[in-house]
Amino acid sequence: MSYGLRSFLPKNDMINILLLAVLIMVIFPLSMDIFRLNLVGKYLSYAFVALGLALCWGYGGILSLGQGVFFGLGGYCMAMFLKLEASSPENTAIQSTPGIPDFMDWNQLTALPWFWEPFHSLGFTMIAIIAVPVIFAFIVSVAMFKRRVGGVYFAIITQAIAAILTILIIGQQGYTGGVNGITDLRTLNGWDIRTDEAKYVLYFLCCTLLIGSVLLAQFVRKSKLGRLLVAMRDKEDRVRFSGYDVSNFKIFIFCLAAALSALGGAMFTLQVGFMSPSFVGIVPSIEMVIFCAVGGRLSLLGAVYGTLLVNWTKTVFSESFPELWLFGLGALFIGVVLAFPNGLAGVYSTYIEPRLSKWFKDLRSMRPPMASSTADTRS
Amino acid sequence: MTATTMGKDFVLSVEGLTVSFDGFKAVNDLSFYVDENEIRVIIGPNGAGKTTVLDLICGRTRATDGSIKFRGKELTKMKEHQIVHAGVGRKFQTPSIYEDLTVFENLEISFPRGRNVFGALMFKRDQEVIDKVHEIAELIFLKDDLNKQAALLSHGQKQWLEIGMLLIQDPELLMLDEPVAGMSVAERKQTAELLNKITKNRSVIVIEHDMQFVADIANRVTVLHQGKVLSEGSMDKVQNDPKVKEVYLGH
Repeated sequence: MSYGLRSFLPKNDMINILLLAVLIMVIFPLSMDIFRLNLVGKYLSYAFVALGLALCWGYGGILSLGQGVFFGLGGYCMAMFLKLEASSPENTAIQSTPGIPDFMDWNQLTALPWFWEPFHSLGFTMIAIIAVPVIFAFIVSVAMFKRRVGGVYFAIITQAIAAILTILIIGQQGYTGGVNGITDLRTLNGWDIRTDEAKYVLYFLCCTLLIGSVLLAQFVRKSKLGRLLVAMRDKEDRVRFSGYDVSNFKIFIFCLAAALSALGGAMFTLQVGFMSPSFVGIVPSIEMVIFCAVGGRLSLLGAVYGTLLVNWTKTVFSESFPELWLFGLGALFIGVVLAFPNGLAGVYSTYIEPRLSKWFKDLRSMRPPMASSTADTRS
Repeated sequence: MTATTMGKDFVLSVEGLTVSFDGFKAVNDLSFYVDENEIRVIIGPNGAGKTTVLDLICGRTRATDGSIKFRGKELTKMKEHQIVHAGVGRKFQTPSIYEDLTVFENLEISFPRGRNVFGALMFKRDQEVIDKVHEIAELIFLKDDLNKQAALLSHGQKQWLEIGMLLIQDPELLMLDEPVAGMSVAERKQTAELLNKITKNRSVIVIEHDMQFVADIANRVTVLHQGKVLSEGSMDKVQNDPKVKEVYLGH
């Protein structure tokens, strides 16, 4: 057991994950007001996507430019439940058909569409948040990977899917809320999600789920499957001719990335209070790839920090220079890829970490008795 | 020939094998048989279809016509990983190893356990795996480099590592595509030694250009020319075959 735990979570990784947990669950809540904290919560919901991309793209070499699809599907599933709850017959008494969401009424729908019905149930919704995107990811990836479509072709197809889904959502206004998305969400099983107190609770829920997801991703990375992903990225044929069905591993990791994105999407809807097609299409999907690239696509925690950093910069920049922001983002992406192909995590591990460990060593040698006794109990 | 084909069970029987790429027949009505514990070397001028034959056997290229039977199983209908599970291992021409992983991890991935998604997630590096990896590493002269990143190995060591990755699967038929290409004289000698050690209890097909090396290891030699068998038999017989001299050895 101790061997299993140590191989899954070496001391360094454990400390780094703890540091992240302290940062987002102690330092941020203590130093920010609820408006800023809610903003951070929104960023952290993107971090789920970046985490999935680190596994799928960084380790497995499968670049998906359509992660917004899964983020959106997860978010929409959550939003459908919340919208139905907000559209009780009493709340919607002024509509020509009370009891259905407002945008359906505006679009002359007179009954709830069949696929909305199951979203009355919270249990079904919780399952659907993960299951709908994963089933969709499964269908896409089976169709692609079993035919050995990969690399750039796969990236283009995922991008096309993101475009198609956006068009579909916008076009089917009566069923989806169209370009405005699903708005005016109020309560979750009777609990008002718009109060400050609810926002705190949801923020901590988001942090807990994120740390859980990091641990899950760490488990996959450290298993033989993680090493197989790296092997496939390098020499796919060698893996195939070592007796592995390569496509199954690609399907698995793509579905896992989709599930993580969907979880992020659901947390986004809960914290921000709406879901719209602007989080589904090509642009947000590419932004998500940039979060991951800036953080370092080979680092799970790098993906989280990259997301926080890019989004924080985005907020600061777009508040002061809204028209320049997109250029800034583009420049940041090109700069990082050119100068630091392994992103922030690469900078950390080449420049900062060696100095830190040297510094810790010096610190230990200054206080030999105490340092050695703690080292003994740990090993 | 027919008497032996009827009476005996071959490890590998290739019969009437044909593959055509847009009308060009890279392999044309090819038949040959590999015995238990035989080392068969395939030689031939460039473009004779040698590598294509290995591609066909391991499932990388699909045959247009003909059959490949390995211990009675028809390989032409199986998927690549199923062919590996049946006991066929193949080394590529250029060393094909995982450069980002260590030598240990390269060998561990090739260990035949946990080959589906769930198995790979739950795979445990137990004593059996560790022992086997050390045993193979010793055999391929890499026991001191187990924790080295594979990208840092020399060209010859990479070739050995890939051979080791095949050995750890313990295949019944081992196919090597130019195992000594690009090696120094000393490395060639070591490789010949290695091959003689590992070819016990299994059949081997080797593609090679180095005639000295071929003479050292081969039981029988098949000469391919334009996708067909030009000559087959012992090294001596093949070397003295006038047809072979004309197309290949004489130049």
